[in-house]
Amino acid sequence: MHELSLCQDLLEQVTAIAQTHKADTVVRIIVWIGPLSGVEPLLLKSAFDLIRAGGVADQAELVLQNQAVKVVCSDCGMASEATANNLLCRHCGSGHTRLIGGDELILARVELAGVA
Amino acid sequence: MCNTCGCNLTAGNRHLLFTPPKTEAVTAVSVLGSLLQHNNEQAGRNRAHFDAHGVLVINLMSSPGAGKTALLEATIQRLKANINIAVIEGDLETENDADRIRAQGVPAYQITTGTACHLDAHLIAGVLPQLDLSAIDLLFIENVGNLVCPASFDLGHHRNVTLLSVTEGDDKPAKYPVMFRAADLMLITKTDLLPHLDDFSVAKAAQCQRALASQVPVLPLSSRTGDGLDAWLDWLAQEVVAHKLRVQRQQTIKPRMQEDGLKWHQQTPKIRFRPVARG
Repeated sequence: MHELSLCQDLLEQVTAIAQTHKADTVVRIIVWIGPLSGVEPLLLKSAFDLIRAGGVADQAELVLQNQAVKVVCSDCGMASEATANNLLCRHCGSGHTRLIGGDELILARVELAGVA
Repeated sequence: MCNTCGCNLTAGNRHLLFTPPKTEAVTAVSVLGSLLQHNNEQAGRNRAHFDAHGVLVINLMSSPGAGKTALLEATIQRLKANINIAVIEGDLETENDADRIRAQGVPAYQITTGTACHLDAHLIAGVLPQLDLSAIDLLFIENVGNLVCPASFDLGHHRNVTLLSVTEGDDKPAKYPVMFRAADLMLITKTDLLPHLDDFSVAKAAQCQRALASQVPVLPLSSRTGDGLDAWLDWLAQEVVAHKLRVQRQQTIKPRMQEDGLKWHQQTPKIRFRPVARG
């Protein structure tokens, strides 16, 4: 359960962005999250409800956009969709793959209102 | 005054740019910041500190009871004559593990995390002042026993070693892919118990690890009997030497850590600022 500490980091970054843009309110926070990030979306949502109270993001909606697991093969050069516990190349079966998506944990976008 | 940084905006003209807040006026800011930013920054400072003294730092991760402390005891007994070792122990409560390490004659520092299920870079930074790094070649960090959270936190270390004991089940890498994918070395421990178990296959465990596109060495061993320890000790000794050479060249290495995927999205501008709904 480290979702709470991640949420603190999230809120600090969001608050700093709101301050930079002199906004009153944060309307929406968009986070990209992949299955290999090690973070459970539902837990992140409930942790966010606890952390945001009373701050600039009090009324904000947290939108979690799930990212697909994708690999690219170093042997055949092809990209393929994969799953968290099977990252082998779907074209040639090789284990020499690089992850190109699915481990995201990114604060992608913040929507602000009341920009002074 | 310019149109780039916003210095031409004043209290007198700002209303021309943005609609009043009471409507659906929304300003979107694309940030692409890692949610582990604070931890990662501290981890970078920790690593620089370790590198300044040429200390190799290894993070041991596993479920509770997989034999991390027993492995350290056996390792220290065999290596302490040649390599200066210290240990940072992470547990929710008690000094028990640190006491076991001290009994082997090497310094140990206990971090009790209370309810926290993992160590993070700030907790490590907190014990750094107590460590005499100039007297150490190899620092082990024994993370909190947990196959989930520790994988996400860079501590400023150089290598992740993940333990899987034979009593846990050979499909653990498939069940906990985030943890096992982070491994730079996988150890299968308590192999002396294999004769009593009919449901653990070392080959199957290695196969589950390979399915994570992980080519790292998988070493079976028993800390109790010493079987297989030599390969692990050789790996350690090589890593210590390799790291000394690395820092002489002003280089370092990061563990195969759960990155935040940021690297794949760098082509997008770091901050984009655009008023969406204009009145």
